[in-house]
Amino acid sequence: MAKLYTSKKLATPKMLPKKETIRFLIDYSKALSIVKIGNMTFETIAN
Amino acid sequence: MATVNLSDALLVKNYIAGDEKALAILIERHQSKIYGFIYSKIADRAITDDVFQDTFIKVIKTLKSNSYNEEGKFLPWVMRIAHNLVVDHFRRNKKMPMHRETEEYSIFSYMTDNSMNVEGRMITDQVEDDLRRLLDELPADQKEVLVMRMYQDMSFKEIAESTGVSINTALGRMRYALMNLRKVIEKNQIILTN
Repeated sequence: MAKLYTSKKLATPKMLPKKETIRFLIDYSKALSIVKIGNMTFETIAN
Repeated sequence: MATVNLSDALLVKNYIAGDEKALAILIERHQSKIYGFIYSKIADRAITDDVFQDTFIKVIKTLKSNSYNEEGKFLPWVMRIAHNLVVDHFRRNKKMPMHRETEEYSIFSYMTDNSMNVEGRMITDQVEDDLRRLLDELPADQKEVLVMRMYQDMSFKEIAESTGVSINTALGRMRYALMNLRKVIEKNQIILTN
């Protein structure tokens, strides 16, 4: 039988971020609006 | 859903134009690779989640502020952000190492609580109570000097001034007070330690 020389990968394909993390990012994206005026940038988070 | 099959570049374009669903698809599409990459460097689920979140916060901010100009290379760009944040994490940790509680390592073996336990407190209270009762046995002038010196933390000069005697007399009264206390303690075989 062929010998495997590769060591076990630390990350498995099943590894995914928490659902809350994804939820947070999507909500954050919806709430965030960025307005650029001149050379100034304003970040607004809608509550 | 037709949008699921769109290319990254198109999804990015749609997202910038205001399509929030495009972001969800992008995250869904690449989360495994990005998360796996971060975990392979950090090997801690909680920190990996933090770095993953920070990575996408940066992505969202860059896209929303129209600063993204690498169309067609979305994943490598996100990976680079994740890589930089991983480096930042290790740099920060080098300055302030973090230890997580494990079975072999317990923070409580390094931190000790120096305050007394209930038994110690009770013994101290009893000893102090006994001592106060012993003081009541002393002649008034000796008791006065001892209380002023030990309980009110006054100097012998101040004691002499407030009792209207010389410093030597105050010192003498203190000496007799201590001698008498010792005598009473020995006579009654009182143990005043904890």
